[in-house]
Parts: sequence; C-alpha cells; structure tokens
Amino acid sequence: MMRFLATLLALLGSMAQADTMRLAVTTSFHNSGLSDVLIPAIKEDIGLEVQLLVVGTGQALRLGQGGDVDAILVHSKAAEEAFVADGFGTHRREIMYNDFVFIGPKADGAGVKDAITAREALQRIKARNAPFVSRADDSGTHKKELVLWADANLEPATFGAWYKAVGAGMGASLNTASGLGAYILADRASWLNFGNKAGMALLFAGDPALFNQYAYLPVNPERHAHVNAEAATALEVWLTSSRASALINDYQIDGEALFVFNAQ
Amino acid sequence: MSDIWAGLEAAFWLIVTLDGDLVEITARSLHVSLSALIIASCIALPFGTWLAIRRFRYRRTAIAVLNALMGLPPVVVGLIVYLLLSRTGPLGVFGLLFTPTAMIIAQVIIITPLIASITHQAMRELWAEYHDLLISLNTSKRQRIMTLIWDGRRALLTAALAGFGRAIGEVGAIMIVGGNIDHATRVLTTAIALETGKGDFALALGLGFVLIALALAVNILIHSLSQTEQEGRW
Repeated sequence: MMRFLATLLALLGSMAQADTMRLAVTTSFHNSGLSDVLIPAIKEDIGLEVQLLVVGTGQALRLGQGGDVDAILVHSKAAEEAFVADGFGTHRREIMYNDFVFIGPKADGAGVKDAITAREALQRIKARNAPFVSRADDSGTHKKELVLWADANLEPATFGAWYKAVGAGMGASLNTASGLGAYILADRASWLNFGNKAGMALLFAGDPALFNQYAYLPVNPERHAHVNAEAATALEVWLTSSRASALINDYQIDGEALFVFNAQ
Repeated sequence: MSDIWAGLEAAFWLIVTLDGDLVEITARSLHVSLSALIIASCIALPFGTWLAIRRFRYRRTAIAVLNALMGLPPVVVGLIVYLLLSRTGPLGVFGLLFTPTAMIIAQVIIITPLIASITHQAMRELWAEYHDLLISLNTSKRQRIMTLIWDGRRALLTAALAGFGRAIGEVGAIMIVGGNIDHATRVLTTAIALETGKGDFALALGLGFVLIALALAVNILIHSLSQTEQEGRW
C-alpha cells in the first residue's frame, strides 16, 4: 500500500516536468507586467513553459538553495554573489536594470521633491519624522532601502513610530503607504503598474544610487541533481538574445520605458 | 462605496463573458477543495463516529485535542507541509511542492479535524439514542459505525459542508505550498490576494464575489441532491 502510494505521488509530481521549468522571480519584476510579455514569447520561441514563483528576493534565494526551483531572477547583488560563492548557483548573469523611485503624498510635507540625492531625500524624511513605509520582507527592494539609509548615516532600528515596517510585497506596501499618506521606496515598474495611486506621486528619481540590476542565476545541478539544468540554460540563452533585448527595451507603460537590457 | 460597485461590475462581466482565466482558476479551486473534502471525509467521518462510540482511556484528551485542532492556523500548516515537501525535506524526492497535490495535502490537514469534530458531536447524540438497540442486536463495531454514519447522514453533510467552506476560502496554506503559479497552482483565493497586491481592487473584489457565488452554488447543489430541507423530511 505504502509503495503504491509513493509511486502514485511520484507520478503526480513528475507529470508537470516535461518542458516546463520553475523560475523564482521578485514581486517587483512580476508587478511590472514585463513577465506577461516575456513568458508567452519564451513559450513561442523555444517551447519552454516557465512557471513563475513570485516571491521576495530573500525567499527566491531560499527556494534556489533548497533546489525547489530551477533558476532565479532577482535584484540584490551582494546576496546573489554569496549564493554563487556558496555553490548554490552555477553563475550570475546580468540581464537588465530599472531604477528605484521615492513615492509619497502629493503635498510632500518633507520636501523630498527638492532633494538633490537619494541620501538627502531620506535625511529630509527623517528630519520631519514623516511617515515612511518599509517593505521589511528581506526583498531586494528592502535590502536596497537599508543600503540607502546606511548611506545617509541613519539607522532604521532607532527610528520611532513614523517608520512602519509592514513586511509585505511591493503592491501591498504601496497600498499601505497610500492609505497612510506615507513615503515609500518602490521600483519604477511596480509604481507605474500600480492601480491605487490616489493622492500619491513620484517625488524623486534619477540618482545613480537608485540603480536596480536584475540578474539570472541557474541553480547548481551538482547540488540538486533533479533540477532542469537544460531548460535553465535554454532560458538563459533566450534571455540574453536580441529578441529578449528588443522585448525588454520596448516594454512601456503609459509611454514610459521601464527596463534597460544590459546582458553581456 | 464606488469600489464595491466596481467589484460587482467586474464580477458581472467576468461571469457573463466566461473569462478563460476565470474558468480555469475556478475549476482549479473546485478540484483542489473537493479533492481535499473527499479525502478528509473518508478519514474524518469514520474517525469521528468511532470516537463517539468507543470508550478508551484517553478519550477525553483525544476529543479536546481534536477540538483544538479545528483552529489550526492554515499558514502554519502551509509552512510545515512546505518544509516536508521541499526538496531538502523528508518527502522532497516526490517533487510535490508547488503542485495542486501539495495544496490538497495541506487542505486535508486543515479540514480533517473540523469535519471529525463536528461528526463526533452529532454522532454522540445519535449514539445515545441507538445505544441500547445496537447493543441488544449484538452488532459488531464496524456495523455500529456504518449504521450511525448512514442514519446520521444529514448531520454529516453539515460537517462536510463546513469543511468545504473552510477549504475553498482558505489562502494562507495554499499560497505557501502552491506558490500561486499562473496556469499551474493559481486558485480564486490566491488570485484575489495577488490582485489586491497590485492595487486592482475591482478585479480582486470581482473574484471575491465569484468565490462567494461558487460556495453558495455548491451548497445548494449538495442540498438539492441529498433532498434535505424538504417537506416531511427534516
């Protein structure tokens, strides 16, 4: 009986494997809507069905470490390099970038709009103790936010109640910020695609410190023999092809380009 | 208020145009929750009945534990099932994580105690009534359980429907073990969570109304099939 059950379960599990692969991506990549353009194109060009697991960068790395996905596409360089150094991924391949922006209430009580640098924008928010929503979910955006605070010589752990660590995805955090009239760091793509912009506006962007590089990391088949390394390689070839380049560079929301293809 | 009207409108158009994605995720919701319901019922109905008629030393403790398990937090169940099914977990070799099968497993764990507990409550009263008769007829334990299940079928239907209600509306566990993969493991509740995250409240609410309508339809269907609540048949 147990053996029959085990066989049955194994069969059910392997059914999904033919010509499909699992890719863990960050919420910001998925919320941008670019995946809705790329996934069907991949299916059409190389017949590969890519199943997306939309999670924060922290969880994406965990999924890769456990071998529960075949590759990951994330944006947190330090964590990615550690992932490869620890042998969980075979290598790291840069694909494209977009940028982070500061979103806040239209009234802009803290004067973020007039800041020259990202550092100054954060210092202005701190000086006014203006409400600020932090992703606080170990995502790439959250890690970026922490780096920026450190750049500004400020320590979020010492902040008062105005600093709200919500521990949610990009969209949910934007909803919270919108409800509270708070400032928030978001990636441009998620912001442009966000449906509930009431009372909020893009206040600051353009500092090179807000650069957001996405990289593709196949999971190491030497660690997890079951991963679909062949499909992961095929996807990497496609993601760095001229076809992907055209699709990524031409992707626009409201006439605004979101991503810049920069794979070498 | 305008958001709620927009939600109703979105639900209306989704249903009227028979949106392909909606049909797919609704079918998957039904597949996952009904499978979980059938498996859980096969375990919980006999178990709850057995618990009602059998006297043993730790019966009270067993019942207390069962009642407490009714309140199992789905998100914890999801996390434990996730860790068990993950490639690094003890059941990782089956590759079940992020499949509908994983979602069914999680839901079975969540609803089995609920169905068993309600079954036990109903069967205890029925057993008090049938006790002398069944003992005097010198029935076997198996016969007693089968008799009680058959004669108490309407109460058991309520237990099963309560389990179905909990399963179809559940999001915490299946989000973790299913991963909300488009065209693979996305169901109504995880789609609602996703659309809310995108700030598209109208679509999220529209899906919510579809979910409520679905739960209602399944309940009415099962009641009409089993001919309860009709004149002369209470």
